[in-house]
Amino acid sequence: MFIIEGLSKTYSGGVTALEEINLEMLKPQVVMIIGSSGAGKSTLIRCINRLIEPTTGSVKLNDQEITTLGKSGLRKARRQMGMIFQEYNLVDRLTVMENVLSGRLGYVSFWTAYRRKYSPEDVSAAYELLDRVGLMDNCNSRADALSGGQRQRVGIARALMQRPKLLLVDEPTASLDPKTSRQIMRLIVELAEERGTPALINIHDVELARSFADRIIGLAGGRVAFDGTAEEVSDQVLTEIYGEEDWSATIKRDAHDPNGDNDNLLSRIDKESSAG
Amino acid sequence: MSQADLHEKFPQIWKRFTPKETLIRYLWYAGIVFMAVWSVSNLDIPWFYFLDAHVQAADLFTRMIPPYWPFFIDIIPPLVETLHIATLGTVFTIFLAFPVAILSARNTTFNKTTWFLGRLILVTSRSVNTVVWGLLFVAIFGPGPVAGIFSVAARSIGFVGKLIAEAIEEIDVGAVEAIEATGASKLQILLIGVLPQVMPVILGTIIYRWDINIRESTVLGFVGAGGIGIILYSSINLFAWHEVSVILVSIFGVVVLSEYLSIKARARIT
Amino acid sequence: MSYPTTWQPPRFFTNPSVRYAVIIAVLGYFLLSYLTLEVDWQRTLKGIPRAVDIFQRMFPPNFSRWEILVRGVLESVQMALAASFFGMIIAIPVGLCAANNLVPKPVYYAGRAFLGISRTFHEVIVAIFFVKIFGFGPLAGVLTLIVASFSFIGKMIAEDIENMRPGKLEAIKATGASFPKLLLYAVQPHILPRYIGVSIYRLDANIRHSTVVGIVGAGGIGQTLAASFSRYDYGFSLAILMTIVSLVFLGEFFSNWIRAKLR
Repeated sequence: MFIIEGLSKTYSGGVTALEEINLEMLKPQVVMIIGSSGAGKSTLIRCINRLIEPTTGSVKLNDQEITTLGKSGLRKARRQMGMIFQEYNLVDRLTVMENVLSGRLGYVSFWTAYRRKYSPEDVSAAYELLDRVGLMDNCNSRADALSGGQRQRVGIARALMQRPKLLLVDEPTASLDPKTSRQIMRLIVELAEERGTPALINIHDVELARSFADRIIGLAGGRVAFDGTAEEVSDQVLTEIYGEEDWSATIKRDAHDPNGDNDNLLSRIDKESSAG
Repeated sequence: MSQADLHEKFPQIWKRFTPKETLIRYLWYAGIVFMAVWSVSNLDIPWFYFLDAHVQAADLFTRMIPPYWPFFIDIIPPLVETLHIATLGTVFTIFLAFPVAILSARNTTFNKTTWFLGRLILVTSRSVNTVVWGLLFVAIFGPGPVAGIFSVAARSIGFVGKLIAEAIEEIDVGAVEAIEATGASKLQILLIGVLPQVMPVILGTIIYRWDINIRESTVLGFVGAGGIGIILYSSINLFAWHEVSVILVSIFGVVVLSEYLSIKARARIT
Repeated sequence: MSYPTTWQPPRFFTNPSVRYAVIIAVLGYFLLSYLTLEVDWQRTLKGIPRAVDIFQRMFPPNFSRWEILVRGVLESVQMALAASFFGMIIAIPVGLCAANNLVPKPVYYAGRAFLGISRTFHEVIVAIFFVKIFGFGPLAGVLTLIVASFSFIGKMIAEDIENMRPGKLEAIKATGASFPKLLLYAVQPHILPRYIGVSIYRLDANIRHSTVVGIVGAGGIGQTLAASFSRYDYGFSLAILMTIVSLVFLGEFFSNWIRAKLR
């Protein structure tokens, strides 16, 4: 249902960000892309909905070729791909509801958008999503009045408002604290599974990836260095993706303690402060 | 440690600037003074005018005092007209400045040509003074407030448009990217992604410009473009100084009041 | 559970009667202003063919009398330079006197009042009075622009000083420094960048304003421009306008360059 073939991106400065990426998703699954900063994770996600134009290669969503589409074709294709961002990318001065409804922009006319007169189905779908992400009471707040976790929930609702055939998620938790990160990641994965929507998620937290992914792809230097299940991610695989480092803690820890480094530290501080 | 060693380690002379920096600074100073001297000497200023300037000023002042207050009734209509010219001119500006700003902001313009066109409109509008615009529009529409309204709008587009364009160039690109990713059209991106972000700047600048425009419209009458300026000009030409002082006092009142309102209104924008 | 099917963005005026009152007031204002302005539509509509005619006569711009043009532009630039220079100097004492946290209250009120009065009146009005006192010519123009410059720069200085953290002033006062030393070590370093920035901006503004004081006879290119309009010599008018636009464009370029350098 979603196929990437030979996708490459060379920036005008001559830097090659992606080289011959091949990826196939034949059933709805949650695919996490890991890799060090600059490995091409963000570029890959953005080449799919062409926020960045790929240099060569093909991207097919449900048998439709994306890379050759013209302007209006591309807009129609983008409707089918919901995107969630690291910095949430909400329009701060609009209300939560307006932000969620903006997910419908690809479907409605300029005047509908201007008069904020979305169809009853859209409005009730928006309410339903807001209820699902736990922001029912905030629908008339301005986006800049929310906390980071709440903003990301709005971002998720906006992406799902598109009723996407594919979710593109770019580092959804990188700006959040560890606990909120897990909540947000769980929410994204649950929603993707509920709706049978395949999701492609960039993430730099290997731990988080391993606990939520159906499948993990490792990028290194713009190439696919690993493609397999969470269990298959070994010391050696991580060395291939990130380079030499002592990975034993990262691999072992999830067996008995699913929390990441910072979480440990935080809970320790919590205990200490409550003890004292 | 000997005295000499101490001096070596802790020098007794401290200078803020190196000699080269000092030299450059003095060159700048010299350049500025030279420019000023060159300008003044080339202007052929009749210095002897200064000799009796205080006499002239005092004479003018005594002629203006006391103001002939009953005249105030006569200037209420032109004063109101002045306010209308400023307000309506500013209202027109709202609709014209945003599109021009979109053309002139690098991140929202369509291509190089439209960007250049936008910049050209902005710089033309800004470099030509409201009163000079008044000359042109009086030639077109004939004397009266319509010419005044057009002149105010023509000058304000550049001012408001430039500030909005700068605000557009500084918006959060992430939000725009997100709206683009939903498959929104270019117009929708501008409406939902860009406009809300620059709204405070638009409102603030418009209100600020309104208060400047009131000041500007007090003199549009000098070139026949309506408002209190017409009366002021004729009173001055008739040497009716008791009336002139009444007009000046009322202009002062209106300008101060509008500035006060504008500051209060702008403080409420979030 | 079913969800609501309508949603309205929160209104600016939550009370509907207030909202309608505001709408009616705004519409009423437009109606009122339209009625009081007594717009003569016939004459206004005639303006459209007249505008076409004027634009046709404007093109091509007539640069044949370029000597007058150059002389006028040069005079405008010199007026702007001289006015900026003296404006910058006068602005310092005036600005210091108008800073709330620096001088005693009576001085502050006097300083503010002085700045307020000199800022209120449009340059053209000020220019008329200087023309009455000093006669026609660039002197009246320069004086007008000086008033405009020092009141603008002075206000910025005063605001900048008032925005200083009190600690900065206290720290220098605590060393036992006298008032002039206080100015030198606390105030001057704080206001210098803004002062230079605003002064350069003012130079740019003075070039623009020097074109308008000429209309009442206070020298510069504006005088030539007004004359060309009254003689219906639109080709020459356009030539002058184009020169002003490019001059301002250059001035802006130059001041951006300096400001970028100073940063």
